[in-house]
Amino acid sequence: MTDLTQFRAEAREWLEHNCPPTMREPVQSFEDYYMGGRNPEVAHPDQQLWCERMAGRGWTVPHWPREYGGGGLDAEEQRVLREEMARIGARRPLDSFGISMLGPALLKFGNEEQKQEHLPPICRGEIRWCQGYSEPNAGSDLASLQTRAEDHGDHYTINGQKVWTSYANKADWIFCLVRTDNSGSKHEGISFVLFDMASPGVTTRPIRLISGSSPFCETFFDNVRAEKKNRVGDEGKGWAIAKYLLTHEREMISGFGASSGPSPGKTALETVGTDAEGRLDNSALRQSIAQYQLDARCFAATMARVGDEVKAGQGLGAASSIFKYYGTELNKRRNELNVAVGGENALGWEGDVYRGGEAARSWLRSKGNSIEGGTSEVQLNIVAKRVLGLPDA
Amino acid sequence: MLVLNEDQVMLKDAAAGFLADRATVSHLRKLRDSDDETGFDPAVWRDMADMGWAGIAIPEAYGGLGYGYTGLGLVLEQAGRNLSASPLESSVLVAATALAELGTEAQKEHWLPAIASGEKILTLALQENAHHAPLRTALRATRHGEHVILEGSKCLVTDAHVADAFIVIARSEGRPGAEHGLSAFLVEAGAPGVHVERRHLVDSRNVGVLTLHDVHVDSDNVIGDIGAAWPGLSRTLDIASIGLSAMLLGLATEAFERTVAYLGERKQFGRVIGSFQGLQHRAAHLFAELELSRSIVLQALQAIDAEDPELPLLASAAKAKLCEVATLSTNEGIQMHGGIGMTDEHEIGFFIKRARVLQHQFGDYNYHLDRFARLSGF
Ligand SMILES: Cc1cc2nc3c(=O)[nH]c(=O)nc-3n(C[C@H](O)[C@H](O)[C@H](O)COP(=O)(O)OP(=O)(O)OC[C@H]3O[C@@H](n4cnc5c(N)ncnc54)[C@H](O)[C@@H]3O)c2cc1C
Repeated sequence: MTDLTQFRAEAREWLEHNCPPTMREPVQSFEDYYMGGRNPEVAHPDQQLWCERMAGRGWTVPHWPREYGGGGLDAEEQRVLREEMARIGARRPLDSFGISMLGPALLKFGNEEQKQEHLPPICRGEIRWCQGYSEPNAGSDLASLQTRAEDHGDHYTINGQKVWTSYANKADWIFCLVRTDNSGSKHEGISFVLFDMASPGVTTRPIRLISGSSPFCETFFDNVRAEKKNRVGDEGKGWAIAKYLLTHEREMISGFGASSGPSPGKTALETVGTDAEGRLDNSALRQSIAQYQLDARCFAATMARVGDEVKAGQGLGAASSIFKYYGTELNKRRNELNVAVGGENALGWEGDVYRGGEAARSWLRSKGNSIEGGTSEVQLNIVAKRVLGLPDA
Repeated sequence: MLVLNEDQVMLKDAAAGFLADRATVSHLRKLRDSDDETGFDPAVWRDMADMGWAGIAIPEAYGGLGYGYTGLGLVLEQAGRNLSASPLESSVLVAATALAELGTEAQKEHWLPAIASGEKILTLALQENAHHAPLRTALRATRHGEHVILEGSKCLVTDAHVADAFIVIARSEGRPGAEHGLSAFLVEAGAPGVHVERRHLVDSRNVGVLTLHDVHVDSDNVIGDIGAAWPGLSRTLDIASIGLSAMLLGLATEAFERTVAYLGERKQFGRVIGSFQGLQHRAAHLFAELELSRSIVLQALQAIDAEDPELPLLASAAKAKLCEVATLSTNEGIQMHGGIGMTDEHEIGFFIKRARVLQHQFGDYNYHLDRFARLSGF
């Protein structure tokens, strides 16, 4: 038996014994994603159990090194674990900004002490992080941010305001871009600092979205103390870290474009009906769905191709630069089609008939995909300049 | 793995180098302007065959290289980039595939080595009306003792006037629309009752009309089982669609790269036009579409070699996507060149003209998107 087959057999058996049946049911709504934290939101107690068990093996973050609480699995083992989890329909035990955003940045830019302190609690789902990037006057033009950090020897005092801070009111810690120096160009003088959201002087005010929920906040800092030992990288050199982290955020967001779920074409056969030959009985809708499914298929093939190129040692090709843009636009198209196909069912806002307005809320939420993490327009700017080599205006 | 292996990369590089030197747009222009009798350069074709390209996908047992369709696709892509005129599509991609899929052992032994060496050119005669509609084939095949008699005509026969033989799809039974009753026959050029008329399409390449009047075909030249050609023909058409998608990929990519280069050169309002965001975003979007195109073409080519049961779906996905993206790329190509793009002197116009013919052959965007939806179950 090769190591990999043995790994598969062991993983299969372990998952079989340890994954609670409730955690093998498909995710129905956003609450089914477990985000951890000091005061975790729990839709079902098994979420915590499942997270604990997986964390015990390092499998909440299988690809991180073992010494920081990860699974230390290589690419092949990760694939096997994914396959074995998919086989029984096991949910991901933990989703968090710590895993998808801060972790990769700390692994690359953090010092040993920072990694030891912050990574294991992320793996165990004990600390929930939020992202303090955007400000009222610094959105697409992120580098123009003005939140100030004043030097006080061993710590900084932070003053200013962030906005659109997702889950700031629920997060335990924040990774935050602050300005430590105003004298140079806007990309200089930015520092990347970590601090506790329970610190005195931090207030959050939730903002309600068009989808009805309030996942993000205005976040205010009034003389907040941040220890210097929690500054990642050198003072004034945070922009490179910020950008590196953004590539991971974009990767996470573009994954939405390849999201599974029932094909709108199949659903439409039920809600719209079929013609005598069994085709969808509305040729205009049929065409839109076919165009979407065609692009979704080509996009999935592109994600697979880029993954294979990386595995083959060819590095991350230029194709990856389109993922955020294309993936999020696709996800919006998919949601628009779901609304078209669902008809009245998809427009319901409340009540069991409409499953709490799930389709409508998902549709409205998807509009943010092409804004968060860098808008579609900004992504196109990046492709035009970095990949196609076209000059600035 | 959706990546090329070392052999494939070498093949691609060799094809790129050779075709960019010997069979370019300017060569095509010369063929057009001199009203060339052959419609391609026989010396170039001989060299291509000598390098083995005419037999890339033909098994070694029949004199080919046995590299599979992924290899052939790479050469086709380069031919698409350079708009190279040659019988690569007609004889190698389509006719050899039809013979391999449908032919008897004796027919394969006779014809495939001759195609692989470039000595013979074969071509498929399928389309009868303005659109690709293989099941509607009506050209009559009537049994007459030991013979079958063919009567009718075919259009859009690629390289018809230089072909040594035709693979004629005809109806021996049933009504147009039915799968059963489709048959394939080998008809040699110059046989009694065979008439070829060369036609000129916008792309300045070779097509013709084949008219068959009281053409007698003996039993040796019935390809496969009479009345049962559809499954093999259908697979042949899937492979042909994927091969043309690979050509369209090369064509659309080349038109795009030339356009981006122009955006970096042409100045208006005191700066290069490539600095205008209105153009930058369109170019970046097109780049994204081309990356998707590359992925689906490679996946479809590999599906041929892997005998993937999803081949029909992937063939339609690839052809529909490449028709869409080639349209976008060539239209943007003209628009972003401005007035110069409208001139015959500039080469960008050759790309839009060749693209539309390739798009049309074996089913255009509408045909394949509809088929993709059908095969997807809606
Ligand atoms: C759901 C959601 C969650 C978010 N979560 C977080 C979070 O957790 N933490 C955080 O820090 N931020 C978060 N954000 C903020 C997000 O990063 C910003 O909204 C985004 O960067 C855009 O900035 P803006 O909202 O100021 O829009 P603006 O930058 O004002 O953009 C407005 C419009 O102008 C266009 N535009 C701007 N500049 C250009 C240009 N150069 N060329 C062409 N068009 C341009 C934009 O594309 C957009 O269409 C979140 C946003 C959303 C929607």
